[in-house]
Parts: sequence; structure tokens; C-alpha cells
Amino acid sequence: MSAYEAVIGLEVHVELLTRTKAFCSCPNEFGSEPNTNVCPVCLALPGVLPVLNRSLLKYAVEAGLALNCEIASFCKFDRKNYFYPDLPKAYQISQYDLPLCRNGYLDLEAGGGVRRVGITRVHMEEDAGKLLHSEGDAGYSLVDLNRAGVPLLEIVTEPDLRTPREAHLFLEKLKQILRYLDVSDCKMEEGSLRCDTNISLRTAGSGVLNTKVEIKNISSFRAVERALDSEIARQRRLYEAGGRVEQETRAWNEETGGTLVMRTKETASDYRYFPDPDLPPIVLDEQMVDRIREGLPELPEARRRRFIEEFGLPAYDAEILTASRDLADYFEECIKCYHDPKRVGNWVMVELLRLLNANNIDIRESKVPPSHLAELLILMDKGAISGKIAKTVFEEMFARGKGAAEVVEEKGLLQISDEEALAAIIDGVIAAHPQVVEDYRSGTKKALGFLVGQVMKQTQGKANPKIVNKLFSAKL
Amino acid sequence: MEICEFTAHQLADLIRKGEVSSEEVSNAVFERIDLVENDVQAYVTLLRDNVLAEARVLDSKMREGKDAGRLAGIPVGLKDNLCTKGVRTTCSSRMLENFIPPYNAAVVEKVHDQGAVILGKLNMDEFAMGSSTEFSAFFPTRNPWDLSRVPGGSSGGAAAAVAAGEAICALGSDTGGSIRQPASFCGIVGMKPTYGLVSRYGLVAFASSLDQVGPLTRDVRDCALLLNIIAGHDPLDSTSAPVKIPDYTSFLTGEIKGKRIGVLSEMFGEGIDPAVAETVKKGIAKLEELGAVVEECSFPHADYAVPVYYIIAPAEASSNLARFDGVRYGYRAGSEAGTEPDLLDLYMKTRSEGFGPEVKRRIMLGTYALSSGYYDAYYLKALQVRTLIRDDYRRLFRKFDLLVSPTAPSLPFPLESELDDPLALYLADIYTIPVNLAGLPAISVPCGFAGGLPVGMQLIAPAFQEGELLQAAHAFEQNTPYHEMRPPVQGDASLKPAKGSEYRCPHMKL
Repeated sequence: MSAYEAVIGLEVHVELLTRTKAFCSCPNEFGSEPNTNVCPVCLALPGVLPVLNRSLLKYAVEAGLALNCEIASFCKFDRKNYFYPDLPKAYQISQYDLPLCRNGYLDLEAGGGVRRVGITRVHMEEDAGKLLHSEGDAGYSLVDLNRAGVPLLEIVTEPDLRTPREAHLFLEKLKQILRYLDVSDCKMEEGSLRCDTNISLRTAGSGVLNTKVEIKNISSFRAVERALDSEIARQRRLYEAGGRVEQETRAWNEETGGTLVMRTKETASDYRYFPDPDLPPIVLDEQMVDRIREGLPELPEARRRRFIEEFGLPAYDAEILTASRDLADYFEECIKCYHDPKRVGNWVMVELLRLLNANNIDIRESKVPPSHLAELLILMDKGAISGKIAKTVFEEMFARGKGAAEVVEEKGLLQISDEEALAAIIDGVIAAHPQVVEDYRSGTKKALGFLVGQVMKQTQGKANPKIVNKLFSAKL
Repeated sequence: MEICEFTAHQLADLIRKGEVSSEEVSNAVFERIDLVENDVQAYVTLLRDNVLAEARVLDSKMREGKDAGRLAGIPVGLKDNLCTKGVRTTCSSRMLENFIPPYNAAVVEKVHDQGAVILGKLNMDEFAMGSSTEFSAFFPTRNPWDLSRVPGGSSGGAAAAVAAGEAICALGSDTGGSIRQPASFCGIVGMKPTYGLVSRYGLVAFASSLDQVGPLTRDVRDCALLLNIIAGHDPLDSTSAPVKIPDYTSFLTGEIKGKRIGVLSEMFGEGIDPAVAETVKKGIAKLEELGAVVEECSFPHADYAVPVYYIIAPAEASSNLARFDGVRYGYRAGSEAGTEPDLLDLYMKTRSEGFGPEVKRRIMLGTYALSSGYYDAYYLKALQVRTLIRDDYRRLFRKFDLLVSPTAPSLPFPLESELDDPLALYLADIYTIPVNLAGLPAISVPCGFAGGLPVGMQLIAPAFQEGELLQAAHAFEQNTPYHEMRPPVQGDASLKPAKGSEYRCPHMKL
């Protein structure tokens, strides 16, 4: 049996986070009451006309630049014609032969090396509405057009991916970049990122392109991997049995973990694309593209490198701290108020991320602003609280949004460093435990631990351990 | 002359001076409507109560010395493809028979803001596809000059109403001649402005790259007056041009001396009614007599205009009209009792029953032209030839200020005479179509009569030169009597209401 390799390409749709829809001024919001974010334009009443949302164009150029694409100086909108109740105009405004962006790439770090995945094109289009089908035999469908006209980017890759894992990594990376740009939230579960895949098999290294199959209806990154695994197995079985792979579109079924035929080549639609006469072509001058390029935020790759070089962070830390733009921004805000990036990094990665994950909270909603975290670290440095207490304080800060000093004071957690006060307690402990004191003096060093523990117990952990140790040494 | 036969500018003066009230004007128009509407059948929907109420409001406003707008109290008719808030807008189609838009077309808003009172909605060929108004799904409109003949189309209701005194002026739409050809057939002035001069927002789209809203009026001054109001950039229409709008009435100087006018010789050739050719030639001679420099010229790609148009317009229409699917509004076919409801069935039945024959024909033509494997041979080729036609005009306008031709090749033809021959009917727009393909402004002015029927002369100008166009048309008009002629108004008792006239809605309330 010869070894097969998979040839995988992706077609990704992402909804853009513009304030209003692509061609009308309706709010672009997820989760509103059905058919409330609608107007004559997105309902396709007779006589209405589309007007391009300038933010859509800007976001699309930003995405194109971040994906290393060429930005077309001239592009246009086309109509993709088909009938479906979720498509009010019975055509989708899209871009056909002259997309806004072409010939880009994204580098993946996979298997120790870098794999460059080509981006064939990125184009602008509008979303359709949603159908809610009645259960059982009721025989009706409800139409919600809130989503109709929401701006989308379609991102098409070259068939450069070789494994389902790479496809998954690509999507993660794409999501990271688009979220850095703040053009999309890329939530596959909410449908703001959708992914269709194309896959064929060939003898490893042969360079030919065999008949490909498209897989649709995939609703998570994990499912992309599973669907591709399943399809690779199916195609492999076909080839090994001497059969043929038919060009078709298959639907992934999450429950069964397999795919089913949706449509074959023969039943493919003719979309009768033609230039939309209601929208003049878009002419982009270089200065405008340059302005957008200059306004791009630092992208994850560059930021990761900078975190290593500028702040001396280990590669692993830098990777985690730049996973999202918000987290990286948070980190950088913290180190404006605190001198030790490595220490801040540890607190962000260990304590903050733990609490965020445990409570399923986005860092944007965190009640601990960077200045509060810095404040906490400074309190520790001053010896006002111990590291152990600091963790308790941080949890309180996280839960209630209070500053570190405020929590410490409120809860009376201030470390006791007053030698006189501590000396009194220590004297009491020595008096109460003569036997242990004796043990210590006769050489049982661990007896000191017990004595310090007693002091901690009496001070609810607030005694400054350094001073307690020092005092014990002196007194004993 | 009766009040309802005055022009808008005359009436506006009289109303402003207080010599006649808006209410009197509206009443006069409704008296005329009551007298002739059974014969002419121009209106799909009349807004009688609404008009009178609005006229009274305007009168009291003006009595208080307030500015009631440049069209204060002028009763205006609207072609029924211009959306009117709260008033059904049918496009003379079963598909939209009961469709009531929640918004006004941009032009409706503009004339209403200037104090015009909206009389009602005028009959048309279904979705503006046709040249005789016989493709109205409801009933045909008759030509006021000869009730056995068509008024032209597709703005036939608008042209007939203005000619018959049933409206002082009207707004229509012109995709391939739909304002100019009926204006010619009904002996009035009709203008198609430059593509992009007037907002298309709220005009139910037929062919988006060709459609333009324009005035149908009794004289050139009224045309300029209406154009002043409806022209201008609209942010809701991406194809609307951000150009400065002059006062078009300032061009009406009567001066035409030295104007270089090219006569499109191809448009006097094969297929033209000799009586039309002769009448238009006399008109051209008049232009020369008035001092214009007239010279014959050639339009090499003239022959291709009609075929190109019948690729591009249906292609766009097939997409524009796809939204009429019975899902959200408009006509919806019922499913047969006892059968499972089925989506494809809903689409097919709704569209089979909701659209008339000409609309279906064009949807099929357009769908075919855009289909995979045919696109390059038809649609793409048509776009290329469209560019050649534009270039022809560009070349001609290096030499000439204006071009002149007949508006239509024939006189108004008898009702039902051309219905069975779509290709013959398509030729009714042979002289007007190239202008739409090039996006240029053109006007049809009455230039005489042949056998008692009006003949129109078409003047064409470079893009956004409506001023030039109006100037020449005005000079011609002021030196000819045709714009003052009105059709006979006696009702014809022998005529029965046309089939389908029960679709008319005489007293719709806003």
C-alpha cells in the first residue's frame, strides 16, 4: 500500500464587527429579537438601493494586508443569483472575478518547521438571514432577517494544507489575526466564523491534484479536524478498494461523525454572476491603502518577537501573553506600572488566566485593571503582604474589583512586620511550648517550623515570616 | 382653456397671486378625471380625498403668507413604479397589486416637499416592460388623441393623463424610452435626464444601469421646473452623481442661434413611418430657420442598440425581479388543497401567476443571457458593444452641441395591433434606446401632427447638459404651436370600460 497524503484547502467566512450592516444602516448585532434589525433595504422591498458601508471596505483591506495579500486598486461587486427564503433579494452581493485581495499567505509553525499557506483571495460579501424550521410535521419555516446584509469576508486558501491538524492550526491563527485587527470575533459556535473545506488524496509527494470533495456544515475547529479525518478515511477506503472519488459536496454530521452527500456535480447551481449595477466599482488609491497599513495594530507574530526581545520573556511566556491582543495589551499596561516583566507575566499567566478561565470571563470584562495587579506586586515587594496572602488578596480583587491595598486593609491582611508586636506573640509561643523549644535547642531544627506555624496561626498568616524567623533565631 | 389644461408654471403663478386656489385647481382636475377617465383609463389608484384635504391645507398656509413650496397646489401624477408611503404601488402587476410601501421614493419626497399634491398612481406596462401600456396586468390606457390607439409606454398612463388634463404634470421612468415615446405619442414633453442626475431610490427597478426618473409635462418650462426639484445627489443611491444642479429655467432664453445640431441620419431610414419622418424633418427645418447649424451625421453602431438593450435590460431585470418570490410581500400563490407545501412549488406558482407574459419573456431572456456558457457570448459582448455606442456619441459630441432624431419610428398604433409580435413592439424604442445605453439626457418635444396624431422630436445632449437640451427645446417650442394643442375631451359613450378596469382603485386613502 502506498502512502497517501491529503491536499486540503479552506473556504472561510467571517462576519465583520462593523457597527451597521454592509449596505444599509441597520445595526449589525447578534442575538436581537427576530426581524428587528431590518429596514426596507435589507428586506429587499421594491425600489431600494444598497450603499456600501465604508467600514466594511476598511476592515477588508486591513484583513487583506494582515494576510499579506495584494490589495486591488480596482474591484467591483457582483450579484450571485439564487432563490432561497433567507436571501431577500434572491441575490447575494458578493465579489466574483475581481476580489479586493489576492495572493496572500499565512505562515504556520508545524512539525518544527514553517509551512506557508497561500491565500488565494479575500473578498467582501453580505450574509443571508436565518431559517428556523418547524419541528416534526408542522411543515413551516420561520425567517429571521436580522443577519441578512451583515458584512462578511470570504477567505479562500490554496490547497496547501496537508493534515487536518494543520487545517485546525490555520484556523486558530487566522482567528488570532482577525481578532487582533478587531474586525471579527470569529466565534464559530455563534456562526461569526464558518468554514468549508476541500479535500482530496494523492500518493505522497506526487504533486497531482485528484478529484476533491467539499465538506460543509462544520461548526467548530475541532469538528474541522474530525470531518477531515473522517473524509480522509473514506477516500482512502475508496481508493484502496479500487474505486473513484466523485466530485461532490458532503455535509458533516457531528452526531454520527461522518459525512453525507449534499449535492453532486450534476446538481451544482448556476449563480449567473454579473456586476451589480447598483454599486459603482471601487477604486482604491495607494495612499488610502498606505494609510490603512499604517493604522494596523502590531500583529501577533511581531508582538511575540518583541516580547521576547524587549522584555526578555521566555518564548513560551511570550506565546501565551500574545495569544490575544487584549491579553497582550493588559500585560503591557501592567509593566508600565511595574518593573519586572517576568514577574508580571507569571501573575498574568498563572493567577489571572486561571481565574478568567474558571469563571469563563473575557479579559475585557476582568475587574482587575492592570494598575491593580501592579499595586499588588508592589505591596508584596514592600513586605506588606506575603506571597501566600497575595493570592487570597488577588482572588478578592478579581471577585470584587477592589484595589490591592483596599482589600488588604478591609480584610486586615496587612503583614505584621512590627517587631515589638511580633516579639510579644513569640514570647507567648515560647512560653506555651517549652518542650518544643527544648527540642530545637537540642538540635531538632524542624521544631522551629512548628513554632513559626504557631505564630502564623495566631496572626492569621499575617506575620512577616522573615521577621518571625529572625526574632526566633535571636530569642532561642 | 380650462384650469386643468394650464401648465404647472402658469398655475403656480396664479396660485401664488391668489387668483385661483389649490383646491380649485384640484377640483378642476378631478372634474376632468370624472369626465374622461372612463375612456382614457390612466389611473390605477386615485387619491381624491387626500388631494382635496392637502390642497386645503396648502391654501390656508399660503393665506397665512407662508412659503408652500415651488409646486404649491400643483396636482401631480406618479407612474405606479414610484414608491409612495402608505399608497399601494403596483407596477401594474398582479405581483404587487396590494403592495403598500412604507416609504416614499426620493423624487416623491422632493415634489411633495415643494407642495405638489399627489393625484394618484398612473398605469404602465407591467414593471415598465413595454411600449404601449397594454402590458399592464390591469387594463390598457388609451391615447387621448384617439381612443382606439395606444398612448405609448411604458409611462403611458402618465403621458395620457398629462395630455388629457387628468394631471398637470407627472413623473415617469425611462429605461429604453418609456418617458419619451409615450410623450411623443400623446403630444407632450418628456425628458429622460442623464443617468445619475435623479435619484432612483424608491423607483422599482427594471434595469438598474438604464433606469432614470424624469418629468412628463405640457411644456418645456414645466419640464425645467420639475427637473429643478427632482435633480440632485442622493446618498441613498450610489449611482447618483455628486454634481451641482443649476437653475434649469435660467436656460430658457429662446436662444438657439449658432447651436450645432447633428441629425442622426440612420434614424430616418428603414422602418420609419414616412409621415413621422416628414413631420420631424419639418421640425428640424424649423430649428435651422431659428439659427441652429444643422448637419447630417452618422451613428455607426445604431443597428446594435436594440439587440444590446435586449440583452442588458432583461439580464438586469431577471435579477431585479427575482425578489418577487411570494415569501415576504406581494402576490403569493396558494398551494393546492391536499398537496404538501413545497418551496420550489411556491416560487414557481407565485411567479407564473404573478407576472404577465412580457415580464416572463424578459426574465427568461435575461436568465439565459447570464447563464454559464452564454455569459461571454451575450452579456459580456453586449457590454462591449454598449461601450462602442457610448464612443459613437462621444465622437459626435465633439462636433455637435445636440443631436436630433424622431422620438419613435411610428405614430401611435391601434390597440392590440402589435401585441402578438414582441419583436415589432421592441422596435418602438429603436431611437430612444441608444440614449439610455449611453446614459445621456434626451427630451421629446411635440413637433407636429400627422393624420391628427402627435409626433415627437427627440433632442439628445452630452451628459449633464440638460440646460442645453432645455434651451433648444424651449426655443423650438416657443416658435411652434404644438405644445398649446390639447386633445378633444368629449366622452365617448360607445366605449366600454376596458377589461380589467375593476382593478382600479378610485378612492384610496393615504
